[in-house]
Amino acid sequence: MKKSICLYFQVHQPTRLRLYRFFDIGKDSHYYDDFQNRTILRRIANKCYLPMNEMLLEQIKKHDGKLNIAFSISGSAIEQFDRYAPEVLDSFRALAQTGCVEFLCETYNHSLSALGNEEEFVNQVRKHKATIEKYFGVTPKTFRNTELIYSDHIGELVHKLGFRTMLTEGARHIMGWRSPNYVYNNPVKTGLKLLLRNYTLSDDIAFRFSDRGWNQWPLTAEKYHQWLRDAEGELVNLFMDYETFGEHQSADCGIFDFMKALTDQVVADKTLEFVTPSKAVKHKSVGEISVAEPISWADEERDLSAWLGNELQQDAFKKLYSIQEKLDVADDPALWADYGHLQESDHLYYMCTKFFSDGEVHQRFNPYGTPYEAFINYMNVLSDFMIRVDNAVAEK
Amino acid sequence: MFGWEFPPHIAGGLGTACEGIVKGLAHNGVETLFVMPSASGDEDQSCTTIINASDVAVSNVSETVDEFLNKVKFINVDSSLVPYVDPDEYFEAIEKMKKESVHETTVGFGQKFKFSGKYGANLLEEVSRYAQVGGTIAMQHAKEFDIIHAHDWLTYLAGIAAKELSGKPLVVHVHATSFDRGSDDMVDSRVYAIEKRGMEAADCVVTVSDLTRNIVINKYGIDPKKIVTVHNAVDFSGRENISIERGVKDKIVTFLGRITFQKGPEYFIEAAAKVLKRTDNVRFVMAGSGDMMNKAIRQVARLGISDRFHFTGFLRGKEVQEMFALSDVYIMPSVSEPFGISPLEAMRSNVPSIISHQSGAAEVLKYALKVDFWDVDALADDIYALLKYPALANFATKEGFDEVNALKWNGATAKLKKVYENVLNQ
Repeated sequence: MKKSICLYFQVHQPTRLRLYRFFDIGKDSHYYDDFQNRTILRRIANKCYLPMNEMLLEQIKKHDGKLNIAFSISGSAIEQFDRYAPEVLDSFRALAQTGCVEFLCETYNHSLSALGNEEEFVNQVRKHKATIEKYFGVTPKTFRNTELIYSDHIGELVHKLGFRTMLTEGARHIMGWRSPNYVYNNPVKTGLKLLLRNYTLSDDIAFRFSDRGWNQWPLTAEKYHQWLRDAEGELVNLFMDYETFGEHQSADCGIFDFMKALTDQVVADKTLEFVTPSKAVKHKSVGEISVAEPISWADEERDLSAWLGNELQQDAFKKLYSIQEKLDVADDPALWADYGHLQESDHLYYMCTKFFSDGEVHQRFNPYGTPYEAFINYMNVLSDFMIRVDNAVAEK
Repeated sequence: MFGWEFPPHIAGGLGTACEGIVKGLAHNGVETLFVMPSASGDEDQSCTTIINASDVAVSNVSETVDEFLNKVKFINVDSSLVPYVDPDEYFEAIEKMKKESVHETTVGFGQKFKFSGKYGANLLEEVSRYAQVGGTIAMQHAKEFDIIHAHDWLTYLAGIAAKELSGKPLVVHVHATSFDRGSDDMVDSRVYAIEKRGMEAADCVVTVSDLTRNIVINKYGIDPKKIVTVHNAVDFSGRENISIERGVKDKIVTFLGRITFQKGPEYFIEAAAKVLKRTDNVRFVMAGSGDMMNKAIRQVARLGISDRFHFTGFLRGKEVQEMFALSDVYIMPSVSEPFGISPLEAMRSNVPSIISHQSGAAEVLKYALKVDFWDVDALADDIYALLKYPALANFATKEGFDEVNALKWNGATAKLKKVYENVLNQ
């Protein structure tokens, strides 16, 4: 049997908040920095989404069904594409029509609802599924949770929602001696198969590709192709942010040419094949993976500390999910929409204070000067939102 | 009179107090010459004559050069010392100073020194230069004044030089001490030395509160007999209370000031958490910035009250008035406050106030509620009472308003005039 290469790219853009001061509370309930969101989205569309989609479409057509890819596009990103760059949606639609591209399901707002409120988690998953069907005409069959956050319990929830394949991180501390290059399954719901990210090979592209201090620089398609051939096991899962291509790794460092050459070489290699996640599970599970505490794909720790590591994040998170019941009572579409945007994991990420080991990555995506500013601004917005929710409940 | 700043260009409260004092003295028939390091020319001179030290060449009276040198030789030139700023601001100040490079490094006789008049990184150097110029000014104007009055440590050396050269008596005015700026083990010994020297050289020491008077006695070893307390006042003329549309229905309890150790922000937060356990419909606001701000934010998050406790950051100009207009209760839980003008501002804006016993203002405000800064239970109690018992809040608001309006500089400076008379009659 050929060794499978599973490519999955994450597409997400947060709905960044405007500078929202205490004096705005109760007076102005528009929370978003539309100008910044549009500017950033258009920039990334031109540098990454559009050129990379175009390149992949050409490659897929050229290789006649042998190049398969998976995307997960958050609802928050889709909303922004719709508003600021509809041509990006067209290009994803063109990819969908090739039949070689799988769209995964996730929480609509790239939220931490799996940890905050299970009822809301279900809402978000259903909403995302319906959105993917609406925009791309396909029904997602595979699940990836925000930031690949996973635990045995989250696996159970996902299984209950009808998914049989889920993606997560091949975190060293849960893998131990085992290799991520096989299919595993959830210990409780054995029908849920798990695809584990090969973080070394994934990060060689996503983080290290243009790093001149890296002893493997420059990374050529030939070299990387050989690494894929050399990899043990049945399956190599290469999961990364789609913004890697053109945004995190700029076009002039050769990332597009690299991907083009790599896909050509893998397709031509008789021992390798590209698969989508739902095809990857043709490999039999080699055993259970037990994950008692949630893991993620972030930072050295591969845990939740980037979002819930400090007291600021924990309090904001607790306050946010404490209003779920009131929202059920109020049941107002505008409130649900804002509630969703406030759940985006990015808002908590901006409050992260672990600057030392992974600070560089955190800083790059942070519109705030300090985590404290991020917290104050978020709590001001949330305070206004909570007042609106209380008013809506009072009216019922 | 030696000051460091004068409205409209002020960085702290010292300039405002000096303006109130010269106006009040004028009302009481006392004329003043106000010397400041760097005047801009747009100061209100209706009540005083401003002498810009930057315009004065050091001792161009040639026959007294030797004498001058003798008498002011104690003045050393040092640099890089900052009185009222935290490390961040210090860094910024130094960077700014490098860019502006306003100071000339060598000033000899017959030369002018361009003062920045700010609280910058080369402050101690400016203080020393100011003393040299101060001595010169005292000699030039010797026939025009009877008494020398120096405000805070920045001007004490100038006051001493003026006294040495003119033989006129010196009054030093203590608006704050080193012990109000840092905790006991963080006092800058160079500033302390200047303060002590000024107080010792003075014929009379004026303090802004009995609290400060006690510090001057206990920490500086000054003879209580020559220390007089003259409480600050506040000039509300031309002030209209603004009204502002409220966004939230909840009552608002406000802390406004620098978020530093001396201001007791953590006691405010602890009390807020206690009040929030008992009642809804109240929000707490901490307005301002400072080196304890991040710690305060963490404390709020840890107590789980961040949806009811808000930070505004530093407020400028009109925003301060707006914040008062939005407030229902004002809190000043200072650990050490020589006087503390902010509760007067709050009460003038019809906001009942709770202040700590450890503030000078507590000595004059009968209608502010008072607690010990560390007694968060009492503070929470008082906040709750002002929120829930309208009779108390209305009483404190109405009486407080009248009370602060009665605290006029005219009264305070009448007392100051007596101080002058006593010194001259000694």
